[in-house]
Amino acid sequence: MHEFPAAARILEIALEKAQENGADRATEIHLVMGDRCGYLFESLKLCFEAAAMGTACEKTELTVERIPAQLQCDRCGTRFVKKPFSFDCPKEGCGGSGIPTDTGREFYVKYIELSNDGSK
Amino acid sequence: MSTKVDIYENVLNQNERLAGEFNQKLSGDGVFFINILWSPGAGKTTCLLNLIPLLPQQSFVIEGDIESDIDTVKMRDSGIPAVQINTEGACHLETPQITSILPEFKEGFLFVENIGNLVCPAEFLIGEHIKLLIPTVVEGSDKPYKYPLAFEKADLILLNKIDLLPYVDFDIDYFSAGVRRLNPDAPILQVCGKTGQGFREAAEWILERSGKKYL
Ligand SMILES: Nc1nc2c(ncn2[C@@H]2O[C@H](COP(=O)(O)OP(=O)(O)O)[C@@H](O)[C@H]2O)c(=O)[nH]1
Ligand SMILES: [Mg+2]
Ligand SMILES: [Zn+2]
Repeated sequence: MHEFPAAARILEIALEKAQENGADRATEIHLVMGDRCGYLFESLKLCFEAAAMGTACEKTELTVERIPAQLQCDRCGTRFVKKPFSFDCPKEGCGGSGIPTDTGREFYVKYIELSNDGSK
Repeated sequence: MSTKVDIYENVLNQNERLAGEFNQKLSGDGVFFINILWSPGAGKTTCLLNLIPLLPQQSFVIEGDIESDIDTVKMRDSGIPAVQINTEGACHLETPQITSILPEFKEGFLFVENIGNLVCPAEFLIGEHIKLLIPTVVEGSDKPYKYPLAFEKADLILLNKIDLLPYVDFDIDYFSAGVRRLNPDAPILQVCGKTGQGFREAAEWILERSGKKYL
């Protein structure tokens, strides 16, 4: 449920681009998703499949690259990748704790692969 | 033939744009919009009934629930104008639902009691000026550790049901430390929806933040 509006928006972006470029269909949509973006890729794929039925994106493959979440230490400013269940700064002897940053919140369409195979 | 086309388009941009436009419109109309988040039963409706009479301008309440209009009726019974949105299963409200239901409203405070869910409502901007969180002492002090996003995004936190503190093992220091790791600024005020304790301070904070202080 939560993923559906996002999947519908991704489809809209892809269909617009396909039309702009006079393509018959999109073969791949490549996403960038931060680990803290709040959306599940698997669930997004299911929603996308349902939404894309009967469109030029019916058989389009969704691919993803993930971005790990980074924290920034409240004492020394070091940025580090968050470990599960811990906010501790990894720097020796610092003892600070990490505050969330925007790295890991990304959620965008990076590119799409279009095809003119005369299928239309 | 196959071509790769670079896009770099944020999937949530459209939502954020709509929310941003609505926020601007409200600001222009002198309306300060407070989005209220927490689970069912935390006391969101009860807290609103305590808070609203302390504010110096009119308030309007939008109740978001999966079903029913019970809370809207409660508001109206207290003389507070309110409308209901039923999402029929959807997990969060979105901006168009608010803009389509809000009647002409100027110079005041708009409250939206969001769907009782700690994930999506924290994610989706709906044009609010601030997010108000209402966790309670009965649900345990580990919530900032388990549901970080809501705490990270909060502007004001009302820790409700403080009257029940003697009956539960809620560790306020552990709770506050968890909140501070995620959010250096949001005040944590202890309130009681049963007695009205703490709402004066909450109203003053909201007033100050709304910029309406020197009315
Ligand atoms: N003991 C106690 N009960 C409260 C307090 N605030 C609310 N309640 C009760 O909690 C229940 C749920 O409150 P409600 O405002 O409907 O919660 P909502 O679902 O978050 O809107 C009701 O029975 C309220 O009377 C409080 O501060 N102390
Ligand atoms: Mg309620
Ligand atoms: Zn450090």
